[in-house]
Amino acid sequence: MSILTFRGGIHPRYNKERTAALATKPLAAPDELVLPLSQHIGAPAVATVSVGDTVLRGQTIAQPGGFVSAAIHAPVSGTVSAIEPRPTGNGTLGDAIVLTNDHQDTETSYSGLGEDWAQADAATLRDMVARAGIVGLGGAAFPSHVKLAPPPDRTIDTVIINGAECEPWLTADHRLMLESANAVVSGLRIIQHILGAPNGVIGIEANKPDALRAISQAATGTPIRVVSLAVKYPQGGEKQLISACLKRRVPQGKLPMDVGVVVHNTGTAAAIHRAVVDGRPLLERIVTVTGTAVSQPANYWVRLGTPVAHVLQHCQTELTPAGKLILGGPMMGIAQKHADIPVVKSTSGILVLQPKDATTRPASPCIRCGRCVDACPMFLVPQELGAFARLRMIPEARAAAALDCMECGSCAHACPAHIPLVQLIRLAKADIHAAARKKM
Amino acid sequence: MSTPLIVSASPHATSGATTPKIMWSVVLALAPATAYAIWLFGYPALSVIAVTVFFCVFFETLCGLAMRRPPTATDGSAALTGLILALSLPPGLPLWICAVGAFVAIVISKAVFGGLGQNPFNPAMAGRVFLLIAFPADLTRWLVPQQHTGDTLFGEPVTTLDAQGRITEYGLTNVDAITAATPIGLLREKGANIVADLPGNIEFLLGHINGSAGETSAFLLLAGGIFLLIRRVIAWHIPVAYLGTVALFAAITHLVDPSTYAGPAFHLLSGGVMMGAWFIATDYVTSPMFPKGRILFGVGAGILTMVIRLWGGYPEGVSFAVLLMNACVPFFNAWTRPKPFGATTATSGGAQQ
Ligand code: SF4
Ligand code: SF4
Repeated sequence: MSILTFRGGIHPRYNKERTAALATKPLAAPDELVLPLSQHIGAPAVATVSVGDTVLRGQTIAQPGGFVSAAIHAPVSGTVSAIEPRPTGNGTLGDAIVLTNDHQDTETSYSGLGEDWAQADAATLRDMVARAGIVGLGGAAFPSHVKLAPPPDRTIDTVIINGAECEPWLTADHRLMLESANAVVSGLRIIQHILGAPNGVIGIEANKPDALRAISQAATGTPIRVVSLAVKYPQGGEKQLISACLKRRVPQGKLPMDVGVVVHNTGTAAAIHRAVVDGRPLLERIVTVTGTAVSQPANYWVRLGTPVAHVLQHCQTELTPAGKLILGGPMMGIAQKHADIPVVKSTSGILVLQPKDATTRPASPCIRCGRCVDACPMFLVPQELGAFARLRMIPEARAAAALDCMECGSCAHACPAHIPLVQLIRLAKADIHAAARKKM
Repeated sequence: MSTPLIVSASPHATSGATTPKIMWSVVLALAPATAYAIWLFGYPALSVIAVTVFFCVFFETLCGLAMRRPPTATDGSAALTGLILALSLPPGLPLWICAVGAFVAIVISKAVFGGLGQNPFNPAMAGRVFLLIAFPADLTRWLVPQQHTGDTLFGEPVTTLDAQGRITEYGLTNVDAITAATPIGLLREKGANIVADLPGNIEFLLGHINGSAGETSAFLLLAGGIFLLIRRVIAWHIPVAYLGTVALFAAITHLVDPSTYAGPAFHLLSGGVMMGAWFIATDYVTSPMFPKGRILFGVGAGILTMVIRLWGGYPEGVSFAVLLMNACVPFFNAWTRPKPFGATTATSGGAQQ
């Protein structure tokens, strides 16, 4: 099997060996769960329960607030104790449904289509995905049913399942591919069926040979192509993945569907399989808990809404002396002020670093070494974008394609002067958007 | 949670590369050639190197204080500039002239432009060219290397090559007496018919020739350059384009008129070409940011070096070639900008500084 790749990118230290071999364990549900109404891109969900209501595990507690939105379900049985603003992982307060767990796990009944799903039409299947509250589980959290409903003038010929898991430290997708290979493959076939896409591809980084084997085995007898990808960050970036797997380049400012492709994450594919075959909504996800400050790293099936502090307790993790707590991976994850935030649909990892690994170095002058340019998988000039951002040169930043930046962090990772390039480019992007709004 | 956690923007990991690590690894790569030069020329080389490096770091510190910038003296960039400048000067150069060179390199060509990362011209080459113009006699008085017989390093009578490459006995009691033109200077004066009398290529390769301290051992410079290439401190584009162009140029001119022009091996191994290709033209700050631009830069520097060597007013052209190409860097950067992923046209850049 030849190894496919893209141009640009970096080779960060992967640090996956700590958790790659650890089978996923269910994490005991906490006494209180916090389910933000906005765990996805798009309109917040609308609560359909009131304070004091008793709920069953699996019951819908919030409906989508629009087409681009997602439903939310109760991951445990219990009572609704509050609907109020709570801190979330992106640093803001957001309305959340707070559930008190009765620890009975009394479930609603589910009705799936079983293995006969191929009899159903696309609209029915798409509706099942929407009702299950599935969003992109790789971290993007874009409502999945929207990606399954391309405009009628777009023909999708290929569905790619992203099993690259290029973020260092994380092994959630790796474990899922090993432990639920059939669900991933079946999910892909369901997605292909919904989109009428003849080709299915599953791309996996070559550092996961066991996952490659497991998925290949699950895919035998299907026309699905399982490809081995170079171990390079950001191999799992949508455009990079499409470029590696299909040699197709998504034009600037366009979407994958404009080149006939839709990309879903492995976790999303497995969730779609469960939604369609078993009728089960999205109630939990695999979270890798790891990092230099975690003495018992693990992969857990965590109920959505579980406080991060609860997860860390189970991993013997001390947040003192002060280190860094990151939701997601080290490249694109968000550093948190405290652990009083819930695991949500997009939380692929909880990374806790010791203070010595978390100190930020002061920036020194740019030495024009070009490492950021070589690293950028979008072929931008991060050094120059950073300079434009600092000088608030908005038209110049826009002309230099600042909006193409996907904030993957490759440039800042490579920079020997420790210039906070991603932060600066975010500033430039915000400036560009603000200027555009002013003009309207 | 009493202790505040560290909150910063992503990414939360770095490659481990730092400016000081890069600068000091280039110094390390030059260490063998430097040590060899000291072994070869003895105290005259050691003093030039020590004084030049010292004054470069000294002026860097002074400028930092004067301009109220965070200290940069330990990042290695000034020491590296000093080392490169020293290696491009003749051993035995009066030490006060070395200090003047350091002043021009660090203060005039670097600090006044805004310090590290802001200077358009390679500071070491600017310093050298200034000295060459201001003190032409001192800058072209070349010491003949010592012929080591064993354990003697400084001051003992040794055997040396004379200007025609014949072995002659000299005493080291009067250092100034044993100067001679460099092979490349001889080539200019007497034409290629003396090439046959010149030291053989193997002697160039090993560095047993007279010249500036850093010009002497092409082999050790090549080894240092390859070390930097493997460590990914430098990219291949500039050295390969530069050396390739010099070789091609020399091959063609030699083919056209072998009696006037020396062949590629002579041009690659003599003078400052090896030093220039691996350590001077590759200076990040003063070379292009993009791969294609780096190739153009290397080709340009190669052509200019050869034009100056063969038909210019000076026997050696590396420093002039590099400085002239430094001036062209903004153009190269503008012409060779990468096209963003999926874009049909390159972006308009603007300020490259
Ligand atoms: S500029 Fe943006 S896309 Fe390019 S490497 Fe930096 S963060 Fe990634
Ligand atoms: S990597 Fe950093 S130091 Fe190098 S050119 Fe880019 S911004 Fe400048």
